[in-house]
Amino acid sequence: MTTYRFTCIVCPLGCSIEVEVENGKVKDVKGCRCPRGKEWAVQEVTNPKRVVMSVLPVEGGALPTVSVKTAEPVPKEKIPELMKFLANLKLKAPVKAGETVAEWEGIKIVATRGA
Amino acid sequence: MEPFPQIPMLSYDVVVIGGGPAGMAAAVRAKELGLNVLLLDENDYLGGILPQCIHPGFGLHYYKEELTGPEFASRLARKLVELGVEYKTAARVLEIKNYSDLEKVVIFTSPSGVYQVWAKAIIYAAGARERHAFEIGITGDRVAGIYTAGEAQMLMDIYGVLPGKEIVIVGSGDVGLIMARRFALEGAKVKAVIELMPYPGGLARNVMILRDFDIPLYLSHKVVEVRGKGRVERVKVVKVDENLNEIPGSEFWIEADTLIISAGLVPSVKKLKKIGVEIDPATGGPVVNDRLETSVPGIFVAGNSLLINDLVDYVAEQGELAAEGAKEFIEKGGIESKKWIKVEKGENVRLLAPHYLSGEGDVYLYLRVSKPMEDVELRVPEIGKKMRLPVVKPAEMLRIKLKAEEIKNTEKLTVEVVKA
Repeated sequence: MTTYRFTCIVCPLGCSIEVEVENGKVKDVKGCRCPRGKEWAVQEVTNPKRVVMSVLPVEGGALPTVSVKTAEPVPKEKIPELMKFLANLKLKAPVKAGETVAEWEGIKIVATRGA
Repeated sequence: MEPFPQIPMLSYDVVVIGGGPAGMAAAVRAKELGLNVLLLDENDYLGGILPQCIHPGFGLHYYKEELTGPEFASRLARKLVELGVEYKTAARVLEIKNYSDLEKVVIFTSPSGVYQVWAKAIIYAAGARERHAFEIGITGDRVAGIYTAGEAQMLMDIYGVLPGKEIVIVGSGDVGLIMARRFALEGAKVKAVIELMPYPGGLARNVMILRDFDIPLYLSHKVVEVRGKGRVERVKVVKVDENLNEIPGSEFWIEADTLIISAGLVPSVKKLKKIGVEIDPATGGPVVNDRLETSVPGIFVAGNSLLINDLVDYVAEQGELAAEGAKEFIEKGGIESKKWIKVEKGENVRLLAPHYLSGEGDVYLYLRVSKPMEDVELRVPEIGKKMRLPVVKPAEMLRIKLKAEEIKNTEKLTVEVVKA
């Protein structure tokens, strides 16, 4: 049996969670104070995901970049691949905050700042 | 009375200094309360530091959803514009003058010239500054490649410039950890995060970043020297004992082209000191009452100028509170209370605000502990108030609500964080 210990990042409370895993199956989750935390903790040991943020260069905007984030969390091991995809993007103003500026493997890349 | 006849004069009920989350929330609330308000910000855009904080994690309390910094800022800015709040960007405040309770002057420069604004109240929300390399005792060569975390963040996330390839970060506070992630994501090698204290300085959720990117964290270590020709080439790290004294013989060098200083923030209060505002040495910000009014009547303060916050949600909340205070001040010609209840720091409380309570309304106390502890109670013994907490850390600000009816008959309150 393996015990994973980490801090929940679902909300700023930061619960200390312990997940016990046996033969690839989650046996027990301890220490979280809400169901969202429990769900996250299970995902964290089986298929960890993160929302990814970056900036993209933009032509003709007030600032030289537009900040973006993925509309949903991305599997952790795929993040370097996503960053390489983002590194080749260039945008043209106008860009609105909330606008989808690109898509990568079905995941929307959304602008979080206007330009 | 017009001491500067040569300078064009404007007149408002309240001038808000600073267009970050505290200032914007204050200006929005002031306008909603019917005050004639002008907001000044020295940057070219509103939002303060938020537009460069492109990571998620903002707004969980204030907007009940998770936003990035730019998103949080643009929501407040949109509201500001919708309400028709007057504001000036690229407006740098030169001086604040306090003539009498309802006569204050703010002198500022802007692209359209120098102005003096007469106001009945001022809400000061100018944020904080970052501690720099000299302040934390780093010696050595004066080379390129040394930045504060905020500078590096602006370079990367506003201007799109990666400040270096091999990076050492001093300080494991939230800003340092978040920058570690940004550098790692954008392809730089983060060689180490060096933390003076025996525990990480940031919120638990941000400490997770180090695990995500396999970044080594050196606790109880400090960077003492930086060497290079023209550009940073290596930094000297030394271990410290429990009294933070350097341990001889424990030195080692890390090769890096960039050193990022993330050694904490200091409330930006120079202009307030000049007009005699009393400063609390623990918070580095002004001593305030429960309206966030400073010791100079009619000067209110909110956000990181008040005390260093870790959640923007509390910053915006303080802005609104200061605006409500300003409204009351202007209407009544001063905030008076028959007696002020003094709030004192008890065991394991390092800093605390507000310092005085009127007892006339519900109030949030903001505090930080001195040392990490598990399974504790936050207690206010005079009124028998208790709040159970599984973990407390100096990095995480605690907030407790006291109800008016609980405190109105007390003389003094003590806040302590003790073993449950």
